[in-house]
Formats: sequence, C-alpha cells, structure tokens
Amino acid sequence: MSTETVWSGTAKERLGAADLPEHTGRAASDTSDVVQLITASGTRIDDPQYSPWVADVTSEQLLSLFEDMVVVRRIDTEATALQRQGQLGLWPPLLGQEAAQVGSARALRDDDFVFSTYRENAVAYCRGVAPTDLMRVWRGTAASGWNPYDVGMATPQVIIGAQTLHAVGYGLGLQNDGVDSAVVSYFGDGATSQGDVSEALVFAATYRTPVVFFCQNNQWAISEPVTLQAQRAIADRAPGFGIPAVRVDGNDVLGVLAVTRVALERARRGEGPTFIEAVTYRMGPHTTADDPTRYRDPDELTLWAAKDPIDRLAELLRASGDLTSERERAVGESADRVAAEVRAGCMGLADPEPLAVFDHVYAEPHSGLAAQRDAYERYLAMFEAPAS
Amino acid sequence: MTTLTMAKAINAGLKQAMTDDDRVVLMGEDIGTLGGVYRVTDGLQREFGQRRVMDTPLAESGILGAAVGLAYRGYRPVCEIQFDGFIYPAFDQIVSQVARMHSRTAGNVRMPITIRVPFGGGIGSAEHHSDSPEAYFAHAAGLRVVAVSTPQDAFTVIRQATASDDPVLYFEPKRRYHVKGEVDTDAALSAATPMDRARVVVPGTDVTLVAYGPMVATACDAAIAASDEGVSIEVVDLRSLSPIDVDTLVASVARTRRLVVAHEAAQSGGLGAEVAALVTERCFDTLAHAPVRVTGFDIPYPVAKLEMQHVPDLDRILDGVDRALGRANSLTGVVA
Ligand SMILES: Cc1ncc(C[n+]2csc(CCOP(=O)(O)OP(=O)(O)O)c2C)c(N)n1
Repeated sequence: MSTETVWSGTAKERLGAADLPEHTGRAASDTSDVVQLITASGTRIDDPQYSPWVADVTSEQLLSLFEDMVVVRRIDTEATALQRQGQLGLWPPLLGQEAAQVGSARALRDDDFVFSTYRENAVAYCRGVAPTDLMRVWRGTAASGWNPYDVGMATPQVIIGAQTLHAVGYGLGLQNDGVDSAVVSYFGDGATSQGDVSEALVFAATYRTPVVFFCQNNQWAISEPVTLQAQRAIADRAPGFGIPAVRVDGNDVLGVLAVTRVALERARRGEGPTFIEAVTYRMGPHTTADDPTRYRDPDELTLWAAKDPIDRLAELLRASGDLTSERERAVGESADRVAAEVRAGCMGLADPEPLAVFDHVYAEPHSGLAAQRDAYERYLAMFEAPAS
Repeated sequence: MTTLTMAKAINAGLKQAMTDDDRVVLMGEDIGTLGGVYRVTDGLQREFGQRRVMDTPLAESGILGAAVGLAYRGYRPVCEIQFDGFIYPAFDQIVSQVARMHSRTAGNVRMPITIRVPFGGGIGSAEHHSDSPEAYFAHAAGLRVVAVSTPQDAFTVIRQATASDDPVLYFEPKRRYHVKGEVDTDAALSAATPMDRARVVVPGTDVTLVAYGPMVATACDAAIAASDEGVSIEVVDLRSLSPIDVDTLVASVARTRRLVVAHEAAQSGGLGAEVAALVTERCFDTLAHAPVRVTGFDIPYPVAKLEMQHVPDLDRILDGVDRALGRANSLTGVVA
C-alpha cells in the first residue's frame, strides 16, 4: 500500500459515504449526568441512587455542614485580607469551593488520610488543623503548617499532580497493613494534564488501591480554562483506566458527601479506586497575586454566584425552619471568632531562628551540611556584641 | 566468606535487609517474575511474595511517587531504576518530594527510600543505557548518594542504605556486576565502615587518586602500572558522593600533596570539581600542583564504538597522574 492511499484525505472520505462510529465520549458541557441533591435555588432532589447515602443526615448535621462552610469562607476572607495587609506572602482562596471541600472531608474517618494541594484549606480545617496553623506556610515561618500524622493529612503539595501518586503509595501501604482505611487525593482540573495523575490512575487501577481521586474542576488553572486541559468531561478519563467515575455538583455539599461516601465504601470493601469530578467554580483569583480580569468574563462569575454553595444550603435550611435568624447570627459570630483567632495567631507567629535553615534536611548526621552550619554559626557570631 | 559477583552480593544484601525488616519492600520494572534485567532481584519475589517485591507499571515517576506514599505510611521502599538513563522521568519526584519531605515536614515524615541505579558505560549498550547521572543528585539537598565498587561493599552498603532513615541513591557500576569478590555475609552491620566514609584502597605516597564506582578498579590498575615506573599512587575509593568524606581526602593529600580525580561522568559541574574544590580549600598550601580531573567529556554518552574514547581508561588516568607530578604529559607534549 502506498503512503498516498493511506494518508490522503480523512478516513470518512476514503470510505465514501459509510459513517464511522463516534468514540468521542461525552461533551464537557453535557451536565445531564451530574449528581445533585440540592439545587442551586435550595430545593432537595431525590436521587434513587445517591439519596440513600445521606438519608441519615439530620437537620442538625446539615446545619453543622452549613456552619463549616461559613467558617471556612470567613477564614479565607480573613487570610486574603491579611495578605493584602502584608501579613501573609500569598494566599490561594477557596471561595466558591466550600461545598466540594467540606462535603468530601466530612465523609472521612480519622484513620483515613488526605493528600491535597495548596487550595484545600477547608479540608484541612475539617481534618482538625488549627486555624492559625493554616497561616504558617503562607507567612513563611514553616514549610509545613502541621504534623501530617496528627491530623491524617499530608503537607499540601505545590507540584501539580505529584500528590496523587503519594496517595496511591499510601494506599498500597494500607493494603499491606490489612486495614480498611482509605486515602483521598485532591487535585484540580489543570492537574489532570500532568503525567503523574495518569500514572497514579494506572497504579491505582492495577493494584486496586483504596484511593479516592477527588478532582475539583473549578473551571480554571490560573488563566487556562478547563477546555485547554480536556475536550471531554474529565470524569470520562477514569473508565479508560478501569476506574469508575462519577460527576457531582461540587457546590452541593450533600451531593458531594453522598458520592464521597460511596467512593470510600468501595475503597474500604477492597473494591479499589474511584474517581470523583466535583464540578465547581473558583470565584476568586488563583492566588492573591493573580488578576482574573485579564482573562475571564465577569458574566461568568455572575452565573456561578447564582449557584453559590452556601446560599443554596441557607435557602434550604431557612425554608425548613432549621436556620432561624438567631441561629444564623450565632454562626456568623462563631465564624468571626475563628477569624479573630486566625488574625491574632498569624500576627503572633514568630520568625524562626537563622540556624533553623539547617534543621531536618537529613534525618541522620550529614558531615557536609554540619560543616556548613558550623561555619555559618561562626559567621553570625561575628555580629554579636562582644561580651563585656 | 563466600565468593559472589557484585550482582549476587546486592541480591544477598537485599535479601538480608528484607529479612531484618519486614517494612522493606522492593518495587520496579521487571524485578519480580524476571528478577530484574540484570537479575539483581532474582528469586526475591518467590521468597517474599508479590506484596514485598512488586512488578510496577512502566512509569518511573509513578514508582518514586508511590514510594513516597509508602514511606509516608512507614514502609522502606527500595526502587530499582532499570537503567541510569531512565531516571529522568522520576527526577521531579526524587528532588522535589523524596529529597525535601523530611525538611518540609520539620522531621515528622521520613523518607527511608533507597533508589538503586545501575549506572555507567563500557558495556556497548544502546543510547540511555550508559549514563552517569550521579552529580544531579549529589547537588540535591536531602539525598545521600553512594556508589559501590566491590561485592563486599555492594552487600554491606545496600543494607546500610535500606536501614538509613534518609533517602539514598545507590549507584551500581553495571560493567562490574559480574566481577567476583569475597563477601563476609555474617559480619555485623554495626561493625562495618559507615556508608558515608571514603576508603584508602591502595596506600601510596606520591599522588592521591580519587575514584568511585566502576572507576575504582581502573584506578587500582593504574596504581599497579605506575608502581612499575616508580610512582606510588594512593587510591581512595570515594564511596559516598553526598556527603563527601573530606577528612579522608585531606589526610591523604596531606601525605601526597597531589590530587587526581577520575570519573566517567562529564566534567562540568561533576563530582571531580567538588572534590578538587573541597581539597583545595583545605590544602592550598600543601598542594604541590593544581588538582587534576580525568573525566568523561562534556558530551552525550557516545555510541558503543566510541565509548572508550569517552570513558577514562588506565592510560588517561596515568596521563593525569603525570600532569599532577609535573612530568611530561599530553598537554606539555611528551618530549620533555
Ligand atoms: C508542576 C507544576 N507546574 C506549574 C505550577 C504552577 N502552577 C501553580 S497552580 C497552577 C494551576 C493549577 O490548576 P489546577 O490543577 O486546576 O488547580 P487550581 O489551582 O485551580 O486549584 C499552576 C500552573 C506548579 N505549581 N507545578
């Protein structure tokens, strides 16, 4: 066969009128399959498959999810202000993603483990990280805000996608240990282009590790729209790896709780990994250093503001009579208290000692670094006032 | 004492490490059923099972990233990179994650990961199968880097590496895999020379010749050849590339006043530069001649028919020794 015959024209042209079957998957804009239990206007929907998974959630527990979301949004606002006032070097706001983070994190047990990115501050809050500890990294006083083993959550990852592999490895360890804990790995839509994420999906599928891949598709990776990363629904990738996937309205805290519970149950039963795409929106800038007006249409924000995760739950709870105005005021006050704690805690974070730069580089003594530390200590001593 | 090839010695060391600590797990491509393309892990999967000797998908970043997670969970993974030239896809996980996790977490999370890398050329391989990438890793804070040169060292150091709470890059000189040597497999690990020490393997008085990995044998041959001409070379096996055992180097140069460093890796930014600088900083007044580097060229590793132009051999080392001694050499012209 000459190259002429093989390569000239499209396949369809070569085959004449015969139509080729399409194998292109679902368009990203087709949201018919997105799981939703609370609509944008705050009404409950019954989903025969997923509603049973949250049937036990009392109105008091719904109120508690509401409070979590209000508090984390308040922490986020306070941290953004602290950055504007020069108290933090940078801050990555989670505004708009409260339901995706709180709904998933509240599905976890203490013995589960989380590998996340810089943006999952609400997840960290739910895991029990002290609000002040959320500030450390961004104030530049520590490389990790907390001891991962204290809260079951790894130090948030900056290298896009790298933590998905860490989750898989941790999951392998859980399997070896014969326990029924699970791991959740959070990552963004941009991360799905990284090789590490594909490698993590391959490893997880091969070994059936107890991992939940939780992708927050917030529509943007800094200035790049999700259409630059994916031509089809992101969740559609996972089945190709042999991993079941579900898309959920990421602004519906109950829907997120339900799908995460299902995924965790699969993991605990030894049924392997699950991929969750939480469809949400980053309402703020990528970080405080970013200016989204340079790349996105303000109308888009208006559109998503109408789907706000907190507003819709408030509507639902008001309509049911569970969220009284007193209760709402109390929630606001408790959020303000946490914000005040964040502010005071942040201002109180002391700079580390200069020689701390040499700490913990190695677990065991390292002669080369010891020599450098020694020399720098002597250098610093030159600036000390002579003993009188 | 038993006589073992280097490959078998590493195998024996891994087996011992896995017996001593059931948190040691092996991962890599083709290391299980096949026993590794160099058979270094031969029989280990049969003995310890698929959970402890894992054939992984073909993805180096995946191997190292998963090892990070296993270490997070308290395991001690030993990752095999099939060939030196295939470590680059894992570079990010190694330098951004493995190397920094202990520091990042203020010492709360340890990364006792050993990364085994068959390295170096001289075996007529295809492209990407003969690299010497050690300097990239010696440059990265948080990693320890060692290169073994004898079966005994290979056996002992792999055990020390897996027992270390720090991540260790363990470079195996693949052209010496089949070299045999006496190995004492019963000696207590606590009695062994720590893995971060250099070792004088041939004592001498005129020139200190520093080498590591596959070049140690070449250096020893050079010492024998030089002695025929009345030149006494002291060969130092560097063993540890991070940290570098400066004290042993300085003690040797204090005696010989001359330094030659040899390695297969390219010259620029290589270990030879670091060794020369460390010694010069401390022995400037003692040195009778500027340190001399005998290294691979700053070129991509050449095709098989040309590789021995690139890899320093005995004659190139002796030429370097002549330079250090101020004798006629390739740069001065041989007519003295
Ligand atoms: C490997 C790597 N490349 C580039 C960056 C710079 N960077 C930081 S965040 C980001 C966008 C990430 O987008 P996404 O994964 O969608 O997560 P999001 O920030 O929207 O939560 C980029 C490009 C990085 N941190 N790591």
